[in-house]
Amino acid sequence: MSTARKTRTRVGPLATAPSPAPALDVDALLDDHGTGIIVCCGSGGVGKTTASAALALRAAERGRRVVVLTIDPARRLAQSMGIEQLDNTPRPVSGLRTNAKGNRKGGSLDAMMLDMKRTFDEVVESQANPDKARQILDNPFYIALSSSFAGTQEYMAMEKLGQIHADARRDGSYDLIVVDTPPSRSALDFLDAPERLSSFLDGRFIRLLLTPARGPARMMTAGLGLITNALNRILGAQVLRDMQTFVAAFDTLFGGFRVRAQQTFRLLQADGTAFLVVAAPEPDALREAAYFVERLSEDDMPLAGLIVNRATPVPPGSLSADEAMAASERLRKQDPGSLTAGLLCLHADQTRIVEREVLLRERFAAAHPQVPTAVVPALAGDVHDLDGLRQVGDLLAGGSGVS
Amino acid sequence: MASSTNTPDWSRVRLHVVTGKGGTGKSTVAAALALGLASQGQQVLLCEVEGRQGIARMFDVDPLPYEERRIATGLHHDGRAPGVVHALHIDPESALLEYLAMYYKLGRAGRALDRFGVIEFATTIAPGVRDVLLTGKVFEAVQRNSRNRNATRYDAVVLDAPPTGRITRFLNVNEELAGLAKVGPIKGQADTVMTLFRSPRTLVHLVTVLEEMPVQETADGIAELRGARIPVGGVIVNQVRPRDITAADLEAAVAGRLDTARVEADLDRSGVAGGASLVAGLVAEVRDHAERRELEDAQRAVVDSFGLPTFELPRLTGGVDLGGLYELAADLKNQGLA
Repeated sequence: MSTARKTRTRVGPLATAPSPAPALDVDALLDDHGTGIIVCCGSGGVGKTTASAALALRAAERGRRVVVLTIDPARRLAQSMGIEQLDNTPRPVSGLRTNAKGNRKGGSLDAMMLDMKRTFDEVVESQANPDKARQILDNPFYIALSSSFAGTQEYMAMEKLGQIHADARRDGSYDLIVVDTPPSRSALDFLDAPERLSSFLDGRFIRLLLTPARGPARMMTAGLGLITNALNRILGAQVLRDMQTFVAAFDTLFGGFRVRAQQTFRLLQADGTAFLVVAAPEPDALREAAYFVERLSEDDMPLAGLIVNRATPVPPGSLSADEAMAASERLRKQDPGSLTAGLLCLHADQTRIVEREVLLRERFAAAHPQVPTAVVPALAGDVHDLDGLRQVGDLLAGGSGVS
Repeated sequence: MASSTNTPDWSRVRLHVVTGKGGTGKSTVAAALALGLASQGQQVLLCEVEGRQGIARMFDVDPLPYEERRIATGLHHDGRAPGVVHALHIDPESALLEYLAMYYKLGRAGRALDRFGVIEFATTIAPGVRDVLLTGKVFEAVQRNSRNRNATRYDAVVLDAPPTGRITRFLNVNEELAGLAKVGPIKGQADTVMTLFRSPRTLVHLVTVLEEMPVQETADGIAELRGARIPVGGVIVNQVRPRDITAADLEAAVAGRLDTARVEADLDRSGVAGGASLVAGLVAEVRDHAERRELEDAQRAVVDSFGLPTFELPRLTGGVDLGGLYELAADLKNQGLA
């Protein structure tokens, strides 16, 4: 039986001496007018949404005309950006700095939250005549496909990206699109979604449902009868009828979907696109990031760099963890409640976590030496306003986070 | 630390569903819970349904097939048989083929279904079917019956479930199928599964860390589960920062009132060189720590307001390995979850 992830070959230098990763120059990327699309990807829970919003804001305040497409921002962040309403249309974000240091004139920021079902509905409506569209939109298979098919969200994010890109080229509304990707089970789902939808649409079973007992399919009708009977027994006859209606109605759209998916895929491969892989300094997140980095190079997708988000802040000074622990234990023997012992313990804990994170990053860099990396120290609190985003943006660009 | 006195008697719960936002460590907690239960001599099945092979990685064993495997056995003590954790990696394709074989004796037709891509169709696109199959297999493991001869009977099943944002839809298979299969055995199956999920034999536990978004998602998840009448168990607060510093000292650190002369003297006395700059560094660290602890406490208050039994697990400095899992399992046991 097939497993979820096919065996992929690893891609890397195979033999290499450890060396630090080159630094990712975020500002150069944002200021380069050749950069038209930035895609932030990575596994769930690593702070992709915040990173993409922070990049978009920074780019806008540096003079780019930016739209950011987010998937599922925290409520307060969405509110502060004015996008808590799901209306699938970019809305201007107010409160951008206009005169501050480093900001050139002419920058703007729009934001939108993706409504995947609505995007799907819009595609159907734009591709079919009203009667047929209604027929499709009402079918239970379509309803489930558009709202819960694994990969639909990813596919619709790409669809919306394609639309916004086409609009922006036509009317010159934006010169940079920042895309947040859905919180997938695996970071690879985003790239696999069009392929999955395509292969589903090309599936043998679908074609069988469409062409019963004609032409070459005649050879298979004995098998089909067997299947129809089995399915009727398991699901009930009405399900199969719904399925057939859906497939027949959807048939005319299939070609259009495939062509669009391929277009978006090519758009992602183009020079104006930059992928940023976001990861937390954790083994699982970095493993996903490694797969993603390798996959991007395999598919000729332009990788701009890796963002290691929420890194533990490096403690000041050069006192080692072991030294601190030893001293802490000596102090505790004399005074179990010693404050200094507590401080040393905290320092040791912090130092050990940082050492572990540094090691993880070094290992990643050894396996993927070409990937420029930006390390963003964790903020104490959550980000829920433009000031917070500005701070993250500054950290992304290698600043101190004080803005 | 959460006390065990607030824990109701969960000894009759057969299915523990563990969910949580991405990055909160729900798979780790599920594994620790399975170990904690098994350490009391139980036969426990740990299931994963997202095709990630997380169990294999955590326990450092080969990738798991669609087959129940022993992955951890306890030590003999007091002459009692040791508990065992078994693991099962459930993928929908295998579950469907097994289901067809078990209930329909679909020999040839089953193979034909696979050949014509129906299995793939059913498990990837047919709405809700994927979740019916995954939950159906979990159900089967909980309610072993005569159709599955020679299979191990488990005292408890722990499900490493989809994340909080999807958990209610995942468990609420009945709802998903409504409007699709109105009759027929799949519908019947979904109904039976729902009966188990809504019974006191099932509990859904939510894993969170003390940050705003995961806590908010936990609140939303609890409301959704309750709306679907699925019983909510406890909240497991994971990756809690160490508490080496007293509340009074933290307060002093925030206010900039720490006795730095004393710290410097202590450092001198314990033979640590570094002087004033080291003291300044340590004080900066503790101020940052205090700020984070304050935010944690604010989120802890939100978690407490859920009115659910709460359990806390420490952040393991060295990351989670098998020994770390055992440690967390003991923590859950001491707090009365396992």
